[in-house]
Amino acid sequence: MKRFANVFLIFLLYIFAIKELYATKNTIILATTTSTQDSGLLDVLIPLFEKKTGYFVKTIAVGSGQALMLGKRGEADILLVHSPEAEIKFINSGYGINRRRVMHNDFVLLGPKEDPANVKNSRSIKEAFKRVAEQRALFISRGDNSGTHVKELNIWKIIGKYPDKERWYQQTGSGMGQTLSVANEKNGYTLSDRGTYLALKRNLILQILKEGDEELKNIYHVIEINPERFSNINHVGARALADFFVSKEVQKIIKTFGVDRFGSPLFFPDAVDTIK
Amino acid sequence: MELLIDSITKALELICNLDRETYQILWLSLKISTIAILASSIVGITTALYISSKEFRFKNTLITFINTGMAMPPVLVGLFITILLWRNGILGKLDLLYTPAAIIIAQIILATPIILGISLSAFQGFSEKFKLQMLGLGASRLQLYLIMIRELKLPILSAIMAGFGGIISEVGASMMVGGNIKGYTRVLTTAIVTETGKGNFDFALAYGIVLLLLSFSINMILTKIQQSSISRHE
Repeated sequence: MKRFANVFLIFLLYIFAIKELYATKNTIILATTTSTQDSGLLDVLIPLFEKKTGYFVKTIAVGSGQALMLGKRGEADILLVHSPEAEIKFINSGYGINRRRVMHNDFVLLGPKEDPANVKNSRSIKEAFKRVAEQRALFISRGDNSGTHVKELNIWKIIGKYPDKERWYQQTGSGMGQTLSVANEKNGYTLSDRGTYLALKRNLILQILKEGDEELKNIYHVIEINPERFSNINHVGARALADFFVSKEVQKIIKTFGVDRFGSPLFFPDAVDTIK
Repeated sequence: MELLIDSITKALELICNLDRETYQILWLSLKISTIAILASSIVGITTALYISSKEFRFKNTLITFINTGMAMPPVLVGLFITILLWRNGILGKLDLLYTPAAIIIAQIILATPIILGISLSAFQGFSEKFKLQMLGLGASRLQLYLIMIRELKLPILSAIMAGFGGIISEVGASMMVGGNIKGYTRVLTTAIVTETGKGNFDFALAYGIVLLLLSFSINMILTKIQQSSISRHE
């Protein structure tokens, strides 16, 4: 009896594994950033795409850095990321093709209400960062090679500061939501995309202290992984999903996404402009 | 405090209203961890019996390795399996990455050393005289092993419970090899991480409470089996 049970269980496991194996036939692996998932946008778009096309999309939400790395290894079929400089390098090295602009929002500098570094009335984001460094005010960084982290590092680079080893500069090494919580608890400054901030705003006492600088634009592109480089990727599916992201229908959804819950949209559609 | 009360209410709400997504996540967690624990119990207990009944040169070294395996970080196991299962990796052809099956594999690797290590120490503590006596009375090896398992029900079930506790609460490996895909590989622990990231602390805590209720029920069943063996002896 016991033996029979054992054999039966191994058999079950086997069936389960086989079933999963066949279930992965028509799948697309989308590597994307945590911001698109944490804001809830993909929870709206992906089911719609799956219903329309019958594809099964595996959304892997990681930092842009890790998403690009997965693309480089051919472990994803399509990327939705926001790290323009790294993306251009990625395309130029032949890993990806057909990079198209999907949407944008912007980064905002958040900080405690008291604003100890007085960044509120700085003229530019560069000046704001300079003031933080000069005042040695606590700054919480993502520290995870994400698009947001790269953007932040770029600003430090432009103003010639390298706070990596400073005590007032702390890296969480985690996603935007987690980093916002840390900055909130420690009364620190942090750079965030507006979408995630608005989505989490109800739990935060952090305030937007600097916004609207051209430097702070946060642009999302969709990239298909080069099928000539990796034979085993689902390029047809990737193209379908990329076309879907820039389609009129989706662009319209993006335009109004979040308005009902947060009072303002989280992302601004861009693909319609590029068609013109 | 308010948040805690809110989240307990939310958990009860999710359970009582038969929230579809919650049940789906709960069912998946249960399915994955149950399959994993059954497989690792079979492998762990038989291997423990084998090791305890044999003498060989590097036995102590092997046991040290097994005991180290009990402390294996889930995220390391996850990373290791991810690299193996990458479609351009060694086992890429199986196309298993980001599937529930991949999580099962990771959990089997995590739970096996725990069950193996604890049951091995139980088998090693079993009286040698008794074993010789049984064999002397004409019991076959298999019969002896079955008797040992029955006699050592208490520590063996503790081993299984420890293993189950380890994998049902594990998040690092599930996140990595499963990918936390909504409706497909999102289990209770990764759902907690996702909801925390989204700032839905009430949902995150509610999933946590559901998880605790699940392990409580499983442990209740296992403890009942375990303790029934004691009262029978009295």
